[in-house]
Amino acid sequence: MADLSKLTVSSSPHIRHEDNTRQIMVDVIIALMPALAIAIYVFGPRALTLTAVSAAGCLFFEWLYQRLMKKPVTVGDCSALVTGILLAYCLPVSSPMWMVLIGDAFAIIVVKQLYGGIGKNFMNPALSARAFLMSFPVIMTTWPAIRTKLPLFATPDVVSSATPLASLKQGLMPNASLTDLALGMVGGSMGEISALALLAGGLYLISRKVITFHTPVAYLGTVALLCFLFPHGNGRVEFMLAELCSGGLMLGAIFMATDYSTSPVTKKGQVVFGIGCGLLTVFIRFFGNMPEGVSYSILVMNATVFLIEKVTRPRKYGFVAPPKAVKTPEGGKSK
Amino acid sequence: MAYTFRGGIHPDDQKAATNKKAIEPMAPPKQVVLPVSMHIGAPAKPVVKKGDQVFLGQLVAEAGGNVSANIHATVSGTVVDVAPRPHPNGSKVLSVVIENDFQDTPDPSLHPLDMDAMTQEEIINAIREAGIVGHGGATFPADVKIRSGLGKADTLILNGAECEPYITSDHRVMLEQTDDVILGIKVLLKALGLQKAKLAVEENKADVFSHVEKLLPADGSIELCRLKTKYPQGAEKQLIFALTGREVPSGKLPADAGCVVFNVDTCATIARKFRTGMNDIRRIVTVSGSAITAPRNLEVRVGTPIGEVIEAAGGFKEEPNKILMGGPMMGVAQFDLTAPIFKGTNAILAFCGDEAKGSKTPSCIRCGRCVEACPMRLMPTYIYLYGEKGNLEACEKYDALDCIECGACTYVCPGKLPLVQGIRSAKQRILNARRK
Repeated sequence: MADLSKLTVSSSPHIRHEDNTRQIMVDVIIALMPALAIAIYVFGPRALTLTAVSAAGCLFFEWLYQRLMKKPVTVGDCSALVTGILLAYCLPVSSPMWMVLIGDAFAIIVVKQLYGGIGKNFMNPALSARAFLMSFPVIMTTWPAIRTKLPLFATPDVVSSATPLASLKQGLMPNASLTDLALGMVGGSMGEISALALLAGGLYLISRKVITFHTPVAYLGTVALLCFLFPHGNGRVEFMLAELCSGGLMLGAIFMATDYSTSPVTKKGQVVFGIGCGLLTVFIRFFGNMPEGVSYSILVMNATVFLIEKVTRPRKYGFVAPPKAVKTPEGGKSK
Repeated sequence: MAYTFRGGIHPDDQKAATNKKAIEPMAPPKQVVLPVSMHIGAPAKPVVKKGDQVFLGQLVAEAGGNVSANIHATVSGTVVDVAPRPHPNGSKVLSVVIENDFQDTPDPSLHPLDMDAMTQEEIINAIREAGIVGHGGATFPADVKIRSGLGKADTLILNGAECEPYITSDHRVMLEQTDDVILGIKVLLKALGLQKAKLAVEENKADVFSHVEKLLPADGSIELCRLKTKYPQGAEKQLIFALTGREVPSGKLPADAGCVVFNVDTCATIARKFRTGMNDIRRIVTVSGSAITAPRNLEVRVGTPIGEVIEAAGGFKEEPNKILMGGPMMGVAQFDLTAPIFKGTNAILAFCGDEAKGSKTPSCIRCGRCVEACPMRLMPTYIYLYGEKGNLEACEKYDALDCIECGACTYVCPGKLPLVQGIRSAKQRILNARRK
C-alpha cells in the first residue's frame, strides 16, 4: 500500500483551468505587438526604446514598492509590463525618457499599488499617468512628423506637426487619406496611430478569450453612430471612419476600456461602460476645448464602475420578487 | 438542439479511461462498514447489536426520522461491532460493522413486488422500506422526494447528465441496465401519479442515445432529451431549467417548480427492489485517475472500504497525491482508506500530481470569468471578497446562500482565488450566526 501520510486533503474543486494571470498579460502583450511594429516603421527605433524604457520602468517601480513595503513581489505576473507598454503607446514618441519614468512611477505606485495592487486600482494606471503627465503640456502635445529621424534615448528637439484629430476638431476632414489613417501613416501618440494593427490585436484577444466583444463594440459603435448622425457637413461615412481611425480611440476601446480592474465584471455592465465611454469621447471631441477625449472618457467611466456593477448585477437563478413592492436600494432586482 | 442553461464551464471530461468498460462486479469484502449517516437527514438508529447474525438485505438500522433512510446489511454474516468508524466526510460516525460469511444468504422476507397490484401509497412505502436514497451524490431519501412532489410536480426528470469529469458509472448503468432504468421510471411515474418522464443525457454519451432509443416504451411515456455537455449540467436546478425553462425559487424545492429529479442509478435501484425484492445495498463506482493502475467501473457493495475498491482496480501505479470520493469538481478528499463506499459514492479517483495548482499570491484581477461561469448567476468574486473581510451581511446581500458550491468559479479563476471555498465558509458562518 502506498504511503498515505502525504495525501493532500483540500476542499473541492480539485481541478482548475490552466489559464492564469501571467498568461493573460502575455496575451495582451502579444496583442500589442502589431501596433509596436507600425510605430517602429513610422517613427523609427525610438518607438522601441521608448516602449522598452517605459516597460522596464513599470517593472522596476513595482518591484521597488513591493520590496520596500515587504509585500510579496508579483512582477512575474507581467501586469506592470502591460501598463508600461500602454503608457508608452499614449505618449508622443519624442517624449523625454525622464518624463516617461515619472509617468511609470505615478502609474505603478500611486494609481496601482497604493490602492492594493493588481485588481484593486479603480482607475486605469496608464491613462491616469498620461493625465498626470499633462503637467508637461508642451511635450505632451508635440507630435513629431512621421519619418522624422529621432535619437534613441536623448531628448529630441522637434517641431509639432498637425495630427488628423486636430483637423477633425475644426470639423474638417484630415489631409491624410483614409487608408493612411487606418494603416497609421500619420502623426499622433506613438502606439495609437494604426487602427488596423490595434484591431488585429483586439481580434487576437477575443480569439484567446482574454476579452469579449462587448466593451469595444459598444464603445466604437456609439462613436460611429454619433459621428454618422452628426458629420459636421462632411460625408457621413468618411467622417465616421476618420473619427474611428483617429486619436486614441482604437487603443482606448480595445486595450484601455477592457482593462479588467477598471471596467465592470458583468457583460451588461461592459456594454453600459462602453456606451458611456463612447458618448463622453464624442462630447469631448465635438464640444471640448481639447482635441482628444478618449483618455478622460475612460477615466471618468472608471469612476462609475462600482455603480454600473450594482445596477447590472445578474438576476440570480430562482429570484423571487419580494412580496411587497418595497423600494430596495440595490441588488437582487430583476432588470 | 441540445438543452442547456446559462453559465457553466467545459472541463476536459476525462471519461475515455472508463466509458467503454463494462461494469464488473467486485467480490464482496471480508467486512463491511455501514455508517448510520449515508443520506441527507437524521441518522438511522441501529436495530442490531454485536454478535447478531444478519441476512443479506436485512434491516440493520432504521430511519431515524421523517427525512432519513433505512440501512440494510450488504453482506450476510455476523455483526462484529456497532461503533464510531471513519466516514468519508472525514469524521467518525456510528457504524454497523458486519463480518462477511460469504454465503450471501438473502433475507427470506424479501420478495419481488408487483407494482401493478400496488397503490401509490404502497409503492412509496416500499421505496422507503428499501432505504433508497439519491445515488447521484446528494443521497436525499427517495420516498421523501416523491412525497414532496405529490400534487405539485407535473414533470419527472431522470438525471443521466453525469457532468463531472472522469465519472462513467451512470453512463454504464444506462447502457447495461437499461431495462431496470426503464422499469424504475415506470415505478416512479406511478408513485407520483404522472404520465410522462424526461430522461436527460449529455451529448458526450452518444452510445446511450442510440441504445436507449430502441428500448423506450412505445407509448411515448419516456422522452429521451439531449443535454449540452457542460458542467454543472447535472445539477438539479440547472437541469430543471434546461429541460423546462423553469427556475426553482430561491430557498425552495424542485417540486415548487413542478419537477422531481431522480438519478438514473436511483431508478435502477428502485427497479431492483420491485424485480427482486433486494434493498439499496450496492452501487456502481468508477475508479479512475492518474494514479490508478487499471481504471474501471465496479459494482460494489455499500460499506466496502475505499482501499479495497482501489485494490480491485489494480491498486496505485504511482504514489497518489490526492484521493477523492466523487468527481474532481465536488468530490471529497480522503485520507483514511478504511472509510467505506456509501450509497452516494459514484467514483473513487486518485491523482499523482496536484491538478488544482494554485498560486502563492492569489489575487482577483476582476476579469469577470467567475460571474460568467456561475450557473446560479451570482457574483462569486464579490461574495468571496466580502467573506474575506468578514462582512457577512454583504455576502448575504449578494446571495451567498444561493450558491450550489459547484466550484465553477474556482475552476475558471485565473487569479487562482479559492472562490467557492471562501463562499462555502461564508455560507457556514451566515448559518451559524442565524442559529444563535
